This record gives sequence, C-alpha cells and structure tokens, in this order.
Amino acid sequence: MIGAQKEELIIKIILWIVSLISVSSFFVIFLYMFINGSRVISLEFLTTAPNPIFWTGGIFPQIIGSLYLVALCTVIAAPLGILTAIYLSEYAVDNLITKIARFFIVTLAGIPTIVIGLFGLAFLAYRLNLGISLFSAGVALSFLTIPWTITVSEEAMRAVPKEYREAALALGATRWQTTWHIVLKTAAPWIMTGILLGIGKALGETTIPLMCGGSGLETFIPRSLFEPVGSLPVYTFIFATQGNVSSAYDRAFGGSLVLILMFLLISVSSLIIRNRYQKKMRT
Amino acid sequence: MVNLEGKGGMKREGQRSLLEKAIEIILFVGALSSIIIVFLIIAYMSLEAYPALNLDFLLGWFWDPKKEMFGIFQIIVSTLYVGVGAILITTAIGVPTAIFLAEFCPRNVRNVIKPSIELLVGIPTIVLGFFGLMVVIPFIRDNFGGWGTSVLAGWMILAIMSLPHVISISEDALRAVPNSYKEAALALGATRWQTVKKVLLPYAKTGILASVLLALGRVMGETMAVTMVIGNPRVAWIPTSILDRAKVLTSTILLDWSYVEIPSMHYHSLFGIGLVLFFIVALIDVTATYMVKRGVIK
Repeated sequence: MIGAQKEELIIKIILWIVSLISVSSFFVIFLYMFINGSRVISLEFLTTAPNPIFWTGGIFPQIIGSLYLVALCTVIAAPLGILTAIYLSEYAVDNLITKIARFFIVTLAGIPTIVIGLFGLAFLAYRLNLGISLFSAGVALSFLTIPWTITVSEEAMRAVPKEYREAALALGATRWQTTWHIVLKTAAPWIMTGILLGIGKALGETTIPLMCGGSGLETFIPRSLFEPVGSLPVYTFIFATQGNVSSAYDRAFGGSLVLILMFLLISVSSLIIRNRYQKKMRT
Repeated sequence: MVNLEGKGGMKREGQRSLLEKAIEIILFVGALSSIIIVFLIIAYMSLEAYPALNLDFLLGWFWDPKKEMFGIFQIIVSTLYVGVGAILITTAIGVPTAIFLAEFCPRNVRNVIKPSIELLVGIPTIVLGFFGLMVVIPFIRDNFGGWGTSVLAGWMILAIMSLPHVISISEDALRAVPNSYKEAALALGATRWQTVKKVLLPYAKTGILASVLLALGRVMGETMAVTMVIGNPRVAWIPTSILDRAKVLTSTILLDWSYVEIPSMHYHSLFGIGLVLFFIVALIDVTATYMVKRGVIK
C-alpha cells in the first residue's frame, strides 16, 4: 500500500504541474496582449480611421464594421437556427428526414472556415455578383453560426420539462401556442446565451471576412450592404503580417486587445444571463 | 383554446388549424436550411474543383503553381503531421488537466479555473496567431535555430487553441461517471488515482476520445493561426524536422488565392483542396459524433 500512496503523491504533483502549465498558458497570452495593447489604446485610436499607407491611425471603422457583420450574421442565423430547433425538438418525430437533417447540421458545424470563405468569395461575391461586401461576409458568417444556434436552442428546448407542454396541451392550446407561449418562453434565456456565444464566435472569425468582406484597412464605414467592410480580426491580421514596422505591430496589439475585450464582454454577459436564470429557476 | 360559440367559432377553428399547418410548413422549410446550405457548398465546390480532380491531384507529389504542378499529397501529409502532433500535445496536457479539475482540484480553485476555461473555448484564433508571431517564433528562432516559423510553432499555437475544448469536454465526460462507481472503488480501499485509472478513465474513455477527435478536426481546419506561424514555403514538402517550415491545406488556399488566375488549373486545384479538406474534417467529425452516440447508448 505504501507503493500506491507514493504513486498517488507523484501523480498529484504531476497533475498540479501540468494543469498549471495549461492554465497559465492562457494567462500569459492575455497578460502579454494586455500589456502591449493597453499602451496603444487611446480615445484617438478608438475613434479615428486607419491610415494604411503609414500603418498608423485608429480602428473606428473596423469596430463598427465588426458590429455590422455580427449583427447581419445574427439576423440571419438566429431565426433560421431557432426555427430548425423548434422543428427538431417540438414538431418532428424521429424519422429519416430528421436524421438526415441532424447529419447535415453536424457536417455544417464541421466545415472549415476557409471552405466557407472560399465558397462565399466564389459563389456569393463573384457568381451571384454580391461583391466583396458586408452582405457576402455576413451571409457566409451565418453558415458558421447556424449549426451552433440550432444545437444550443434544441438543447434548451429539450430541457423544458414535459409536464409544461402536457399542461398547456391539456388546456386546449394548440401545438404552436404551446411552443410559443410555454416552451420558447421557458427556454429563452438559454437560447439567448447560445446566440450570444455564437456572436462571440462570429466576432473573432478572421478567414471569412478576410476572403469575402474586405481588406480590413477600410477607412470608411459601409453605407450599404454591398460595400466592403473592415473588421477587427482582419485588421489585426493585415497589420500583423503586412506592416513590418513597429507602428503596425503596435496597432495589431491594440486591435487584438479590443477584440479580446469585446469577446470577453459577450462571453461574460452570456454567463451572467445563464447564472441569473438558473438561480431564478431554482427558487 | 376550444371555442364553443357555434358557427363563428367553427370558422375560427378552421383558420387556426390552417395557421398551425402553415407554421409547421415554415418550420419544416427552416429545418431544411442546413441541408440546403451544405448541399450548395459541396455542389458549388465540386463544380469548380471538377477540372482538377484526378489521381494526379490527390496522389501527385509536387505542388508548384509556377511549374503548373498541382499534386497535394505532400500537403495532405503535412496537414496530418501538423494536426496530429498538435493534438498529441493537447491530449498530453489537456486530459491530465481535466482529471485534475474533476478529481483532485480544491473546490475554490476549480470555481475559478473551470469558468475561465469555458470562456476561452471561442477565443479568436487571430489573437493566438499573433501571439505565435510575436513570441513563439522569435523564441524558437533564438533557442532552437531555423527560421522560427516551423511545424513546432504550429503545434504550440494549435495545442493552445484546442486545449479549452479538450479540457472542457473531457472533464464533463469524467464528471458524468456515476458517483456510485467512484464510491465503490474508494470504499474498496483504492486511492484516488487508482480510482481514476481503473474506474473513471475506462468509463469516460469514449467521451475523451471523441473530444480529442473533434479537436483534431478543428485543428486541421484552422486557417488563421496556422498560416501566421507555419512558414508556408511556395513549394510543398513533407517537413523532415519539427523546425522545418510546412505548407498545410488551409494556408495553401488562403495564400495562393491572392495571386491565382481565374480561371486556371491552379484556381480549380484550390477548390479541390477545399473539397478534400471538407471531406477529411467531415469524416473526423462524423466519426466523433457517432462515437459519442454509441457511448451514450452503451
């Protein structure tokens, strides 16, 4: 038994060390970005347009562009995702069609972003003549978040107790009334959480907006859906890889930090929503 | 709501059931959207890739657009090399971390670590790539020699990227083990580690393996972080050492796209690469999903 106890101790030490490594790797990255980024961020950086010739300027159009992209993507993905989830969880019996649909949802979730980007560029932008634009990138981005929205919404709806539905149906409510007033209402906070996390995903995505949204150096805010749009990740990518001067690297740090902060803001608020309603449900 | 007011009510009943039908149809069409999107993507990619798809493309040894040679075999091998290596690192670090979080970690430490790892699941990969560019690459260049941009840098960045997934899902799998199993082992006098080794890990095996496979799919489909640190020589080769630069499927599409002529064999080949990448990742994903389902049934 002494052997076993020794083993236990050694394992414990190893586990502590490995966990420390894995967790600290993220803290190191955050700290690094924070230290280098916070030197750059100023009111001017946040409110002016970039100057791509001298690799200076700010990121205002990129922040707005990212928000536009994410908004368009959500406007498309959220309704489609929720409709699909309602169908799968409330209406369809388990049959061949739902099996096929599920298979395709898994497939869609796994499509590499570069493939979606290539498709968006070649099909949406060139073939359908939508151009390298806010619209093309927003639609392509929604392909990324639709499967995510479906999965989260379906899980949320399935978590609604059966008794709720049975009670509503027994009172004479139709299926849609039950779904709308009971199931969706109960599942709403969780669906909301899922949509927020999807927004975080879309916000950080670089490849798709790079291929079908614009160069990232746009000095203007798009005035229509069919104009190119700059976005923070693409801006960071271009400044980090094409600039090769210290002012460009500085701005890439600034872009990264703003991106991280926006991402954290979304993730944390989704966690807060979830926790709040979890408590409410319990009481 | 049942309406008992005679004729008018009957009419409204009819309208209501019509509405119900309409809603069901709308929902059904919505549910088809994913199928349509996937079909559209595959169909269009295949259409554009068709002229390039042949055995010379898949098994051809040389990729050199300037010499009109479009064989992606070496690129596929490099992709697997980079992807699998990264996942081995992730597994080696991530699974012990998951075990630690599930079994050995003091509760208050876990309450801090677990949510922060969940927060990191979707962290923008561009940030990781940039970190690789500014920190990892100079570090490798200064300490191990070479260009700095290398397979090793790719492994490190991709491992960091996939860690939160693997930790999070593996820990869930470990926690899904029924408490009675664990208690039985502990009551028999097993130490915690023996319990983990003999009871928890065998039970959670499928879940952990699935999380690793899913991470592998994600890693092989990742573009941005990889492109920034992997080196991307113009001509493809299979890296001979981990300090060698490499060319993977995703980075090839992204970088070649900037100078491709439309239409040309090069252009069609890029779509071919997209299609190959799609099928590799889909195969991995479907396997993982299937494994999870079977594991649950078992």
